Amino acid sequence: MNDEAKTDALLEVKELSVSFATDEGEVDALDAVNFDVKHGQTLGLVGESGCGKSVTALSVMRLLPRPIGKITGGRIHFSGMDLLKLTPDEMRQIRGNEIGMIFQEPMNALNPVRTIGDQISESFLLHQNITPKEAWEKSIDMLEDVGIPAPENRVFEYPHQLSGGMRQRIVIAIALACKPKLVIADEPTTALDVTVQSQILDLLQSMKERLGSSVLLITHDLGVIAETCDEVCVMYAGRVVERASTVDLFANPIHAYTRGLLSSIPRLDGIPKTVLSTIDGMVPSLSELNKGCRFAPRSGLEHSDEQLALRPPFTEVNPGHWVEACPVCTTL
Amino acid sequence: MHNTMTDREKLLEIEDLRVHFPVRGGVFRRAVGACKAVDGVSLSLKKGQTLGLVGESGCGKSTLAKAVVKLVEPTSGSIRFKNQKVTQSEDQINFRKSVQMVFQDPAESLNSRMTVGSIIGEALEVHKIGDKSERQGRVEQLLKQVGLSKSTSRRYPFEFSGGQRQRIGIARALALKPELLVLDEPVSALDVSVQSQVLNLLMDLQTELQLTYLLIAHDLAVVKHVSDIIAVMYLGKIVELGPAEELYSNPIHAYTKALISAIPIPDPSRKRKKVIIPGEVPSPINPPAGCAFGHRINHPLYQESIDGKFQFMAVGRDHWVLECPCCV
Repeated sequence: MNDEAKTDALLEVKELSVSFATDEGEVDALDAVNFDVKHGQTLGLVGESGCGKSVTALSVMRLLPRPIGKITGGRIHFSGMDLLKLTPDEMRQIRGNEIGMIFQEPMNALNPVRTIGDQISESFLLHQNITPKEAWEKSIDMLEDVGIPAPENRVFEYPHQLSGGMRQRIVIAIALACKPKLVIADEPTTALDVTVQSQILDLLQSMKERLGSSVLLITHDLGVIAETCDEVCVMYAGRVVERASTVDLFANPIHAYTRGLLSSIPRLDGIPKTVLSTIDGMVPSLSELNKGCRFAPRSGLEHSDEQLALRPPFTEVNPGHWVEACPVCTTL
Repeated sequence: MHNTMTDREKLLEIEDLRVHFPVRGGVFRRAVGACKAVDGVSLSLKKGQTLGLVGESGCGKSTLAKAVVKLVEPTSGSIRFKNQKVTQSEDQINFRKSVQMVFQDPAESLNSRMTVGSIIGEALEVHKIGDKSERQGRVEQLLKQVGLSKSTSRRYPFEFSGGQRQRIGIARALALKPELLVLDEPVSALDVSVQSQVLNLLMDLQTELQLTYLLIAHDLAVVKHVSDIIAVMYLGKIVELGPAEELYSNPIHAYTKALISAIPIPDPSRKRKKVIIPGEVPSPINPPAGCAFGHRINHPLYQESIDGKFQFMAVGRDHWVLECPCCV
């Protein structure tokens, strides 16, 4: 794990497609999504609500709601295994052990009627061959690692006795208990205050470095991306429209959607009271998507019929900088 | 931006406002303590200005907003609106008309069983303004003002996206031609691209209708973009108050500094030295004896702040900070 020279990916998602059965028929929540998370790196998935970021995370964990959500194509390779070919039992061995997940709303992710200690011990008892007493001891250590004061007392407490930031620390402790190779964090700080957010991001960063894990971070906050990620995928309407290293993406955004997203956030160093640039319209509903460039209706740019009907190829424009190359929406 | 400020009338004046909620306990549910949600806040707001109120959750900003629109009764202190005391205003109806509120979550603040037209028109009906067709005309005018089409008035809230719903919430607040709008986290439930649309709308409406805003938000970049003055609140008290630009470029209070440094900046090339504040806002039921923030960061001078009565002092033009041995 500490092998720095290792450049091959820990998680490789290839042409992943997911569809949901709804009242309006089958809709594609993900349409041939490609990305990989490299060893020891943090990959950010950013986009607006409904773009498929959380569906991506759930697909990797094989936790899509059944029977309405279905993986219709593609492969998910995780440290040499094809996750889509595993049996439910084998998958349970991976979840919480080799892939840990941190959820957005810590109050909903924790069991309200069991103690903190019970909930952390559970990971150890399921995945390691140890006694309940040892698991309990390890839980206390884990709480200390995630910065909870007086852990030997806290293990007996219930989630409602803790503040939002503390609860999120517990969720992180559970996710990292078995030293997973990959941590999926789905909007881990959205429900928290900025000051607590910076504590949690800092904790996540230091835990990641200590365990040598990789992180797949899902967020809608470009500020969080800029401060924590090595690489970014920008998602729009079920597709990755742009993928690049964080520095590259912010310095040289190519897709019109990425540029729109970056320019629409108010900045601390911006000129106050000026008109903010916006992206027209709203996030499209998944049932009314066209086959071609999906950003076309909001881009305010003229697209030909062919461009609306054919999916633009995902091309590497600069080394490591990929974009869905719609000739109208990209500036090359 | 500030050139016309001096000759503008003071629209809202809050003086030493306290809102304490009783904490009940025991068999007879007697009050055994007080939750000091707002504890001695003084503010004033001139016509046409935007005052941004920032702070972490639990600092009392929403309670302050509710006290301003008279949804909670203050324990002590006074709120004056156009030089009239609100706390005992005989002219309540006029006050209610001129101060309106926009809520955080548009999905929850719109009645899902009412059409958009009746949601917006309800206030007109309550205040018996115009006849039916006049009211309908006003609703259509309001919808146009917030960028929605006339036909929306017959539809229901669930048919709209978050951004559109927030526009409906704004149209409803504007129905009675208010002078002051209290905006409680108006964009925090929205996506980034939609958020900027709503912020632009709010800024346009302010110039067009000469509205005064009391904006509550936790996103400091948003607050800074639209506000003239910013007040930083911590545990029921305002710790720093100043012109937006000044407060960001030259924060004095340790809490303001920490809060600004905690904002993630969307620019990976700028690696900043972050000040990470440990802990969280203490409970207002049992606050520390001295400076609440000094206590949180375990400041060496904390002991000196115990039992001190600290005043607001001016540190620059219109820039005020709560005096404190450990934080200033």
